[in-house]
Amino acid sequence: MERKFMKGNEALAEAAVRAGCRFFAGYPITPQNEIPEYLSRRMPEVGGTFVQGESEVASINMVIGSAYTGTRAMTSTSGPGLSLMCEGLSSLAGYGFPAVIMDVMRGGPGTGSIQAAQADYLMLTRGPGHGGFKALVYAPADLQEAVDLTGKAFDKAWEYKNPVFVAMDGCIGSMMEVVELPETRSFEREEFPIYSTTRFGQVDPKRRLSTSMIISEPEQEKWNFIIAEKWAEMERKECMVEEYLTEDAELVIVAYGTSARIAKAAIDQLREEGRRVGMIRPVTIWPFPYDSIRKLDSSVTKKLFCLELSVPVQLIQDVQIGAEGRFEIETYGRTAGQIYTTDDVTEKLRGMMK
Amino acid sequence: MEKIYERPHSLIEERGNSFCPGCMHGVAGKLIAEVLDELGQQENTVIVYPIGCGAMNGLFIEADGIVALHGRAPATATGIKRSAPEKLVFTYQGDGDLASIGFAEIMHAANRGENFAVFFVNNSIYGMTGGQMAPTTLEGQKSTTTPMGRNIETEGAPMHMCELVSALERPVYVERVALDTPAHINAAKKAIKKALQNELDCKGFSFVELMSNCPTNWGCSVEETLPFMKEKTLKEFPLGVYKDKEEA
Repeated sequence: MERKFMKGNEALAEAAVRAGCRFFAGYPITPQNEIPEYLSRRMPEVGGTFVQGESEVASINMVIGSAYTGTRAMTSTSGPGLSLMCEGLSSLAGYGFPAVIMDVMRGGPGTGSIQAAQADYLMLTRGPGHGGFKALVYAPADLQEAVDLTGKAFDKAWEYKNPVFVAMDGCIGSMMEVVELPETRSFEREEFPIYSTTRFGQVDPKRRLSTSMIISEPEQEKWNFIIAEKWAEMERKECMVEEYLTEDAELVIVAYGTSARIAKAAIDQLREEGRRVGMIRPVTIWPFPYDSIRKLDSSVTKKLFCLELSVPVQLIQDVQIGAEGRFEIETYGRTAGQIYTTDDVTEKLRGMMK
Repeated sequence: MEKIYERPHSLIEERGNSFCPGCMHGVAGKLIAEVLDELGQQENTVIVYPIGCGAMNGLFIEADGIVALHGRAPATATGIKRSAPEKLVFTYQGDGDLASIGFAEIMHAANRGENFAVFFVNNSIYGMTGGQMAPTTLEGQKSTTTPMGRNIETEGAPMHMCELVSALERPVYVERVALDTPAHINAAKKAIKKALQNELDCKGFSFVELMSNCPTNWGCSVEETLPFMKEKTLKEFPLGVYKDKEEA
């Protein structure tokens, strides 16, 4: 373990290197630029490859090529770039290739603003791209957790042979914090592992052909059943959540990332005033921790409060699914770097709990 | 008896190709297979296929490969070659794939001087999707989206990829060949071999454009595609070496 005072994006880049990432391709976009900048210096030191792609479209396709060779490959981007990568993201899932994608979120829609926001929730959690697919999405709330989840993201991507997202709001990417970096893990390139979708893991003794295009209708459908089962398994096994003082809470905040960090400070203040407030913090936003909402006792909890750096608030869609109509739901969203303070949130909550 | 000709080992034995009768993609695939045999590289090859008719060569050539997304083969090949430089990597792309949707990827891979070869099959039309206008469709040529013939006032003029790629600093070898006559086919094979030898020698980026036909979507008989190529296509797209850093 090494303790360092680091900027978020640089710590994430270093965490990726320590998790065995040896190929990075990316395109400049704010607020994630320190990730490619750092890796352009760092990759050559560890025998890895850094390529500045001509676009996000090219970058994700370079990652596809590198993943095909068995290399731990990654890209990073922000909202508009994520949109451009969608075909490639869907295809990673279609090929059955592992890769890690960091999304340092900014305000949208459109080109939006370059300041921190949590604007990509629906896009990430519903499968960013065509065809209907799913991918794990880790949503860390502070830098240490972001570093820890980066290592996990690589492991899970390679375990499931599927893209995995680490979704930070721009606050985490831009702020500096003390962080404990993990030991560097060695990860040898697996020599062209068989990720072929056409033969369903059956090794063609003569060649390894990978494609996300399966012209034969029965084979395409068979492959869909195989990958759907993989996503169902992720849903059963990979959900992560933090429940904070929910048991006696009259009001439960649902928030992730930086919003959850602000919410926690607000809860601590309100608890001192004797107000019974708690929080459900999804650590994975897909799979979403529906059970944490389902198990709330409606004779104790009266209200759910969605707090998100997005206008409109997006995670309410999952909160509604978990709530099954049992709770009143209120929302508070800001975006484009207009970040609520702890006082803003406590004031809002006091008003709601009168 | 001495064997003077045999089926290339790099073609899958039990399959013929499934291209339309008279299509030159099959010729291009066979030439590539022959060159892989001659260079002893079948086991060491990774072919990056396009979206379009050309992808079907992946069904017949017995080598590792990946079907890239539409137009992105040069980016995918960049990821492969940079991660596994010991492999012989090349892309095989059609004109819609390379010159239209994948224009940025081909120009930037060429400009970086990536150490792989690109085989660009130009038949002036989108074959797989049923004969729409390509960036390389000739002026006046009819397609399903230029039913009155390509009008350069509104649809632009045919794009000349060898000329564009050779204008960049980093490519080492750029040549346009054709697949319409035995003499042209022999020259095409030499160009393919030279491009792959350049890569094995770590010389950098090679680009070979192979002029081809579309027996299904040109609106004429298979036989008529040959005089059409000679009289029209090859006048618009002159054959020859556009860049060869060794010759220079």
